[in-house]
Amino acid sequence: MITSRRSFLQVATTVAGASTLPVAARAWESRAPDNPFACLVDLTRCIGCRKCEEACNRVNDLPAPAQSFEDLRTLKSERRPTTTAYTVINRYTTGVLGSGHRQQPIYVKVQCMHCQDPACASACPTGAMAKQANGAVTYDPSQCIGCRYCLIACPFQIPAYEYERALTPRVRKCTFCFERLEVGKLPACAAICPADAIVFGRRRQLLVEAKRRIRERPARYVSHIYGEHEVGGTSWLYLSGVPFPHLAFPNLPSQAIPRPTESIQHALFHNLWSPAALFALLAAVMAVTRRNDDERPGTKGGES
Amino acid sequence: MTAEPRPVDRCFWTPGVWMLTALMAAAALTLILRFAFGLGMVTNLDNAHPWGIWIGIDVAAGVALAAGGFTTAFLGHILGRHYYEPVTRPALLTAALGYTMVAFAVFVDLGRSWAIWKFLVFQNHRSVLFEVGICVMTYLLVLWIELLPAVAARLGRRVRLLGWIDRGVRKTMGAFIILGVVLSCCHQSSLGSLMVIAPTKLHPLWYTPWLPLHFLLSAIAVGFPMVVVETGLATRSLHLDSEMPVLVPLSRLAAAALGVALVVRLGDFVARESHLFIDGSGASISLLVELVLGGVLPLIMLLIPAVRRSRGGLFVAAALVVLGVLINRINVFVVALSPPFAEHAYVPAAGELIITAGSVAALMFLYRAAVTYLPILSARKLEEVH
Repeated sequence: MITSRRSFLQVATTVAGASTLPVAARAWESRAPDNPFACLVDLTRCIGCRKCEEACNRVNDLPAPAQSFEDLRTLKSERRPTTTAYTVINRYTTGVLGSGHRQQPIYVKVQCMHCQDPACASACPTGAMAKQANGAVTYDPSQCIGCRYCLIACPFQIPAYEYERALTPRVRKCTFCFERLEVGKLPACAAICPADAIVFGRRRQLLVEAKRRIRERPARYVSHIYGEHEVGGTSWLYLSGVPFPHLAFPNLPSQAIPRPTESIQHALFHNLWSPAALFALLAAVMAVTRRNDDERPGTKGGES
Repeated sequence: MTAEPRPVDRCFWTPGVWMLTALMAAAALTLILRFAFGLGMVTNLDNAHPWGIWIGIDVAAGVALAAGGFTTAFLGHILGRHYYEPVTRPALLTAALGYTMVAFAVFVDLGRSWAIWKFLVFQNHRSVLFEVGICVMTYLLVLWIELLPAVAARLGRRVRLLGWIDRGVRKTMGAFIILGVVLSCCHQSSLGSLMVIAPTKLHPLWYTPWLPLHFLLSAIAVGFPMVVVETGLATRSLHLDSEMPVLVPLSRLAAAALGVALVVRLGDFVARESHLFIDGSGASISLLVELVLGGVLPLIMLLIPAVRRSRGGLFVAAALVVLGVLINRINVFVVALSPPFAEHAYVPAAGELIITAGSVAALMFLYRAAVTYLPILSARKLEEVH
C-alpha cells in the first residue's frame, strides 16, 4: 500500500510538474547486442538421434522423460517444448525421396530462438525476461509475477508455464546454457551433436558460414537463412533443404516484434508529456466552468 | 429527482441477493482450489492459450465497462454540467467497485499472486503491461479517494481518521477528479496496446496498431450506456424514481460517442482490408455480433428520438452497446488469439466460469450493500414512493 501511494505521488508530481510541450518521438532503436553468441542448425545434417534433447535434459536437471531418448517412436507426433523439455526434435516427411526411393525424413530441432529484440523481454512488466549481452534470453523467476504476457508475446510460442504449481510456478524455456557460455563452454546440445548439425559461434561469422554453404551447394539448400531477418533477427539460425513453411517454421515479418508497441508507448508517454498535457487542459476547462458557475449561480442546467 | 443522495431504505436480503450470495460462495470454494493446487487445477489455460476469460472478461471488459466513472466525472465535474449529478455518484461507485474486482481478478490470474508487489520494484518501462498496471493501481486509489466523501458522510464521525482524511482531500478533490480522467484515458487506450505485441498471433479481423485508439473511443462510447443500464437495473430493483430526465440527454451524447467510435473503427477496418477475412468462421460471426448487434444497431436506435425517450427502448439500446464492448474485449483477448501451434481450441473451464460469475455477483452484491448504507442514490423514502 505504501509503495502504491508512493508511485501515485510520483505520477501526481510528475504530471503536475512536467513540461506540457510534446517531445518529438525519436525513431525506435534496436537494443540487440552487436555480435552475440549464436547457433547455426543445418537441418540437412541432422540425423534425429535426440542426443541434444538428452544433453539438455541432463544439464538442466530435468526429470526423466516418459519414453527414453532412444525410443524413436516419440518422433511420431509433432511436439512442442514443455516445462520439462526445453528442446525437442520433430520429424517431417516432405516428399523428398532419399536412397531406395523411400521418403527421406527431415528432423527439426525446436527451442527458444533467442531473438535479437525479444518480444517476451519487451512485454515482461518486471524485466524477468531479459536479453543478455552474450545473446541469451534469460528468465529470472525471482522477478516474475506470473502474468504470462511473455507467452502471449512470443511469436514462436516457446515459453512453457508450470500451471500445475500452486505457489511458485515458473516460465520454462531454453536458457542458451547461459551459465555454460559464461565459463567458455558450448551449449550442451551444440557440444554433443554427433552430426555437426549445430555449429556454435558468433552471429555474424555464422551468417557468413551459412551463406558459404548455400553458395557452394545451391542444390542442397533453399536460399533462406531462417533467423537472419525474421522478427529482426534471432541468435539461432537455420539452414534447410526444403522451404521452411513445410517444416512448421512460422512465416514471420522482418520487423522486430516489440517495435510497434514500444513506438506507441514512447510517442505517448515519453516524459509523461501526454498525460501532463491532458491534465493541464482539463484543469483549464474546470477552472473556466467553475468561474462561470460562480458568476451565474442560477444557470445550472443540462442540454436536452 | 432533486433529492440529495442518501442511503436507500429497501429490504437488503431479497431472493436476488441470496442468489448472488450463492454464486459468491461457489466462487470462493473454487478459489480455494485455485490457490491450493495452482491455475492448472481450475482453468483450461495452456502454453498456447496463456490468457482466458479472466483476462478477457474480468479484467479487459471490466475496465471498459467501468468507464461510466470517468465519462460522467468529465461531464459533471469538469464540464460542470451539474444537471447530471444524480448519476455521477452511482457511476463513481460502480467504477470503484468495478476496478476493485479488476484488481482482484488480476490477483487470482497471476501465477504468483503473492509477488504482485514486485512490478512496483522491478519496473520495465518498455512493457505496456507495466504502464497499464501502474495506471490501474493508481486509478483505483483515486476512485476510492473520490468516493471518500460518501463514505465519510456515514462513518466519518465513528472513524475519526476517515473524517480527518476526508477533510484533507476535499480541498484537492478537483485535482483527483482530473487525475482520474487522465489515468483512465491512459490505461483504457493502453489495454488495447497490450495485444499489439502479438501481430502474428492476433487474427487479422482484430489486429491493427490502432487498437489503443479503438479501445479508448469504445470505452468513452460505452460509459454513458453503462450508466443507463446500471440506472435502469437499480431503478427497477430498488423501486426508485425514474431518472429518465437525466438519461435522455445523456443518450444523445452516447449516440455521438458511439458514432465516432464506430466510424473510426470501420474506417480502419476497411482501410486495412480486414473485411476480406470475413467468412463463415466462428471468429467472423463473433466479429459481426460485436460490430452489428453491439454497434450499428444500437447507434441507429439511439439516433431515433422516440427510442431515446422510451424507457424500454433506451435500456435495450444501451444494453446492446454494453454487450458490443463486452464481446469486443473477449474477441480481442481470447477469440482473436491464434497461436501457431495450438493442439486444441481454448474453451473456458467450469472453474473459470464460476469465478467470473462470482466476481460479477460480488460486484452487484457490493453495489447493493453500498447504496443501502451510503449516500449514493438520490432516492426518496419508500413511503414517499408508494
